[in-house]
Amino acid sequence: MFGADDLSALLVTLKLAALSTTILLLLGTPLAWWLASTRSRVKIVVDAVVALPLILPPTVMGFYLLIALGPDGPLGRLTQALGGASPAFTFTGLVIGSVVYSLPFVVQPLQDAFAAIGRRPLEVAATLRASPLDRFLTVSLPLARHGYLTALVLGFAHTVGEFGVVLMIGGSIPGETRVLSIAIYDHVEALEYGQAHLLSGVLLALSFLMLLVLYGLKRRYRVARA
Amino acid sequence: MSLRIRYRLRRGAFRLDVAFEAPMRGITALFGPSGCGKTTLLRAIAGLEVADDGYLALGGEVWEDGARYLPAHRRSVGYVFQEASLFPHLDVRRNLLYGYRRIAPGRRRIDFEQAVSLMDLGDLLARDPLQLSGGERQRVAIARALLTSPALLLMDEPLAALDAGRKEELLPFFERLHERLSLPVLYVSHASDEVARLADHLVLMDAGRVSASGPARELLTRFDLPLAHRQDASSIIEATVRGYDPEWRLATLAFDGGSFVICQEGLAPGRRVRLHILARDVSLTLRHQHDTSILNILPARVEEVSEEGAAQVMVRLAVGEARLLARLTRKSAARLALQAGKPVFAQVKSVALLG
Repeated sequence: MFGADDLSALLVTLKLAALSTTILLLLGTPLAWWLASTRSRVKIVVDAVVALPLILPPTVMGFYLLIALGPDGPLGRLTQALGGASPAFTFTGLVIGSVVYSLPFVVQPLQDAFAAIGRRPLEVAATLRASPLDRFLTVSLPLARHGYLTALVLGFAHTVGEFGVVLMIGGSIPGETRVLSIAIYDHVEALEYGQAHLLSGVLLALSFLMLLVLYGLKRRYRVARA
Repeated sequence: MSLRIRYRLRRGAFRLDVAFEAPMRGITALFGPSGCGKTTLLRAIAGLEVADDGYLALGGEVWEDGARYLPAHRRSVGYVFQEASLFPHLDVRRNLLYGYRRIAPGRRRIDFEQAVSLMDLGDLLARDPLQLSGGERQRVAIARALLTSPALLLMDEPLAALDAGRKEELLPFFERLHERLSLPVLYVSHASDEVARLADHLVLMDAGRVSASGPARELLTRFDLPLAHRQDASSIIEATVRGYDPEWRLATLAFDGGSFVICQEGLAPGRRVRLHILARDVSLTLRHQHDTSILNILPARVEEVSEEGAAQVMVRLAVGEARLLARLTRKSAARLALQAGKPVFAQVKSVALLG
């Protein structure tokens, strides 16, 4: 059924999505926390930058990333100065691209979840002798868990479904940067509709399943809290 | 030993500028209209609000001055918010344990079972906060605060979010708190009945400033302050249980100006109690009446008379060291020719026993 190429495309996709989502959750937590609690005027600018990937055509994002990651771009120069190759057309480049591209899908649910908690539970925890880190771990995190669930599923699903950015900075190298969406595109180009069907079906089923789990869990939280 | 507090801060157009001392035991009520800065002051004391200039010392221990500032989680306070603010992701037991676990075992002065029985929470421990009534939630919040063994308990209108029935249900718990624990309590309220019932010491606030501070029984009866002019103006007398008459089932309570009899069983002789007397329940006569149903008649001396509107007056009486308010019609006052220094008899129709 699956060719070796298609299987490796599936694996690359899952690896990319898992790694990008993990990085996004780690980076997104402090960023979302800051956005939810700051009164700084810089916030609106940061809000807008975080939301940019929602409306920019992926090709535009991909184009700028290609320039930044290429041998003459700032990130490319940096990695070269550190003795490596420029990250364009590498798996690392894809991870960087995915993190930027899926940023709002992780940051916004976290930001909303932190904002919904408000100051009160944290003030209560402070008067009960919890230090700031303690408060974050024992109050903010558990109270924001539905936000984390949404961020996890949306970040992962959105990375799995990424096409335009990967097309610009990936290069479709099998086992390295050839992800499912690119593989499907290549199959269609080559008029291999059978394999395109198979991979599309996998992607459709995977996405549907993830959303189903997300909405199912959200419903359970709501019922449990009502 | 006292609680010394001084704060200056600005929030937009609002300015808070207060300095006062409060005793290290009993309930000190911060009383004033909404928006006078009571809550802001309480938050500053808890370390939840940073003042432009602050000084806070608890006995000999300085928590805040120009040089040092203890963050909220290092201050030994228990804070009870207006809404109980229980953690929604924890059941009642884990809410109670949240602060308790963060106190070193050697510094705990109350254990889990004590707090549970004091607030009568035994049946609620496995419940989620959302399954509790407003009064139950507030009792959990109080127990949770007590379990941190605080050196100071701060309460921000803990009864304001409750209806009258729930309020009545909760008040005995406060009186119990007052009776059993020696820790100082700062209690914010804009309800004069709560203040009269609970407070030992009063700090009156208005527009970000302290207008008066002193023992509640004095401030309640001072004519230069608003409390003595309210419809529900009242006075407090501290008395000692003397005995019990089993035939008529009446307890005798003595104070230096005389004694009261009230319908109350089970008061141990020697116990100190507070009596609450509404000004409208006190009438005056010039001669001691004997053919009357009123049992509590005390010799008193008129200290001051103040006109209340067109038809009424408020009279402050000295009964020994105690002060008693009486609300009369202006006509009655004229007929009795009441003036400062005049000896009279105060007939007290109703006395409420507090804690």
